[in-house]
Amino acid sequence: MSVHVGQAAEAPAFQAAAKDLLQNQQLRRNVRHATEVIRNKRAKVVGETPDWQELREAARRIKNHVMRYLDEYLERFEHACTRAGGHVHWARDADEANRIVIDIVKRHGGTELIKVKTMTSDEIRLNAALEAAGITPHETDLADLIIQLGHDKPSHIVVPALHKNKTEIRSLFLEKMRLGELGESAEALADASRRYLREKFLRVPIGFSGGNFAIAESGSVCVVESEGNGRMCVTLPRVLISLVGIEKIVPTFGDLEVFLQILARSATGERMNPYNSIWTGVTPGDGPEEFHVILLDNGRTAVLSDGESRETLDCIRCGACLNICPVYRQTGGHAYGSIYAGPIGAILTPQLQSMEHSQSLPYASSLCGACYEVCPVKINIPEILIHLRARVVEQGYAPLTEKVGMKAAAMAFSNGERLATAEQLARLAQKPLVRDGLIRSLPGMLGGWTASRDLRPIPPESFREWWAKREKQA
Amino acid sequence: MTISLFITCYNDTLFPETGKAVVAVLERLGHTVEFRAAQTCCGQMHYNTGYPHDAAAMMHHFLRVFRDAETICVPSGSCVAMMRDHFPKMAHESGDAEAVRACDEMLPRIYEFSELLIDKLQITDTGAHFPHSVTLHSTCHSLRSLHIGDRPVRLLHAVRDCTFVELPRADECCGFGGTFAIKNADVSAAMLADKLASIRETQAEVVTAVDNSCLMHIGGGLSRRGIPVRTMHLAEILASTHAEATL
Amino acid sequence: MMSAKDEILTRIGRAIVDTGPRMPEDRAREYDALTRMYRTSGMLQESARLDLFEDRLHDYNAVVYRCVSAEIAATIAKALTAREKQGLVIPADLPAAWLPGGFRFVRDEGLSYDELDRAQGVLTGCAVAVAFSGTIILKHGSGEARRALTLVPDYHLCVVRADQVVETLPEGIRRVNQFRTSPLTTISGPSATSDIEMTRVKGVHGPRTLDVVLVNG
Repeated sequence: MSVHVGQAAEAPAFQAAAKDLLQNQQLRRNVRHATEVIRNKRAKVVGETPDWQELREAARRIKNHVMRYLDEYLERFEHACTRAGGHVHWARDADEANRIVIDIVKRHGGTELIKVKTMTSDEIRLNAALEAAGITPHETDLADLIIQLGHDKPSHIVVPALHKNKTEIRSLFLEKMRLGELGESAEALADASRRYLREKFLRVPIGFSGGNFAIAESGSVCVVESEGNGRMCVTLPRVLISLVGIEKIVPTFGDLEVFLQILARSATGERMNPYNSIWTGVTPGDGPEEFHVILLDNGRTAVLSDGESRETLDCIRCGACLNICPVYRQTGGHAYGSIYAGPIGAILTPQLQSMEHSQSLPYASSLCGACYEVCPVKINIPEILIHLRARVVEQGYAPLTEKVGMKAAAMAFSNGERLATAEQLARLAQKPLVRDGLIRSLPGMLGGWTASRDLRPIPPESFREWWAKREKQA
Repeated sequence: MTISLFITCYNDTLFPETGKAVVAVLERLGHTVEFRAAQTCCGQMHYNTGYPHDAAAMMHHFLRVFRDAETICVPSGSCVAMMRDHFPKMAHESGDAEAVRACDEMLPRIYEFSELLIDKLQITDTGAHFPHSVTLHSTCHSLRSLHIGDRPVRLLHAVRDCTFVELPRADECCGFGGTFAIKNADVSAAMLADKLASIRETQAEVVTAVDNSCLMHIGGGLSRRGIPVRTMHLAEILASTHAEATL
Repeated sequence: MMSAKDEILTRIGRAIVDTGPRMPEDRAREYDALTRMYRTSGMLQESARLDLFEDRLHDYNAVVYRCVSAEIAATIAKALTAREKQGLVIPADLPAAWLPGGFRFVRDEGLSYDELDRAQGVLTGCAVAVAFSGTIILKHGSGEARRALTLVPDYHLCVVRADQVVETLPEGIRRVNQFRTSPLTTISGPSATSDIEMTRVKGVHGPRTLDVVLVNG
């Protein structure tokens, strides 16, 4: 099964990637600024929503229910969508999904398509597959356009180019759009992208989208966006192909009243994002004449099969967990070596991909819990991280020194006498390491501590020794 | 009241002063403290690092040691969070009905130190005197798992001659995260740098918290940079009675 | 060999075995039993609701014109003059009574994308509007035009009746629920991006200017 999750499975471990990225001060400044802005906006709109906690709880329950009946809901969706003139395809993995897209495009003699942002297409590496088949995909989201023109990789779920600043973007546009001149303001840059893309919107006959929600009862798809390129791609072309992960199902149209409220607030800190498009199959005289939706598995059923981490699939891709994460803030998204970064990336990637390739991700967290607090569908990310850590160890990927150390500690903690003995031994063992009342360098794995921190030596008397003495004196 | 102290493995070894301070405060308030020597560890480090079976063994040991203890005091927010968040599930998964029962019965009797003072003993004034400026780091577990709220601040406000200074961005993780501090040392250090910057903004002489784990990490960073801010567990401030309490 | 559909459905069936046995009627019953404690209706009286709606539209830099039914055409004329427009494209079935003289209105009877691109703007009605977020919802039925009309031209003038304005999104969604298989578009201000250093830039694709005629009485 070809589960790539967007990047080579040989992506460096989180620690190694982080070490490099921490040196990039411009990136860190950009990430810090961007996440702070959205974080504050989110806090404001959530603060004014009197039923925010009730909305979260309802969303959690709806998604929980959907997962239990996912097969039934997918069949209902297929039935309703087909009845409305849509074509429903099923893809077990990335390769199958890419083949289906290419077949549809080739059948129409197409050589290009216009795309509206969907992480799912990055996950299956659609663009590379299209280009290999002689089909040109045009990214139309400003950030994805920036990424595409710069041959770069996205670093955030909602604001993929947040690691780039204005100056960098301007240089890129001047070169790639072959512009004689270009203003420096954000407005000038947005205007350049508008003109560059408009030509394509009005001309290219095949459009490609993802889907934020797939409504089972009516067979409808909903695309949530800000820029308007989504409306362009799902409305103007003659043929539309939508790639939707099987977990995107919601039971009824009415359920949008919950999800649209929580998504906009969590993703961009707005009461409502500028545009939502909902369509069902084909509508004569309005929009594409041919509509295809591809229901994608690509590892999602594997996630579904673990009851303890199944709620990972509830994710509505808002990015709020990235914006609040104190680890993400330091490194940005590229450190996670996956299209899905931040806290959700740390739990989703190892479940979609083999643990061998993603084993460092469950440990890329201090378990502070801030992500769980802001998740609009209440995914208990810290708990799932711990669950996946146990899986890493179980599958034999823990370093030997760690396993030995943890075993020794477990023995020491098995009863009071053993702990007392271990404390005495540790006090002896530290002697050669103490200089001028401090330990400034520890050996091996523990050296990570002393790289940036001193360590106070173990005091000469433990609490239990003090207590025992006190009891004796009494 | 007889209060059973669960000192926690790392306080026992590295921060005995905190335990002594807890004993001093509780005895000053007229209570009897007992210390069951068989105690060891709550299992948090093992559980969080991916060794749940080892952690379960420690949980069983804890439940046995503290069976029928009337009130259990734990001067460590993260250890209490471990118990509340994970003991019930671990007990259930062990299939040991006795452990499940023991866990259900015991959890309501377990208090983090500031919770014990405010909720159980219903006091905010421990008779402390500490003439220094103090800022409080809100540890992630106490904030988000225990919902400790303003308990530590209320206790600090009752300390004579103590000036409380609010810490900017207090709810941001300091970067300790248990084994995270070692396994992801670079990111941990970067997060620590931000926390130290916040602390320096307060110009406080002392930074306190309800977890020595965070303080060990923060203190280690302060020491390495030669910054003369002292770290002290909340209990030690609440135990302080010297009129000329020097740091 | 199993089809992809059958294989995926089989995987799902196996994956959720731990959630307990399922009988055919269970899905619908469990769905209906889902607890929903969020608010599903507003609390504002009509005039406060309309004021809130107008307020939110101002946040989007929309100009809001208030009038009574008899003045719709005159108000549209005012809006067009203010924006220096000589005419607009309109849905083929837009009420003639809305159209002021002195302007050129082109009914959409199959306008090409280039013609829409050259148009000065579009005039439509709407299905429902949500005051709390300043959202206008189009079901692209009568008086609202196919989607391309409110997408390609750079200016959208939308007529909203007071009785179409609800306070909360759940009320809005419930009002259009019967049209759920029609194309639906929700519009909350002009398009925007924050992809450049988190500076919110208004108007990327889609109409960059939106005005509203709010009709009461």
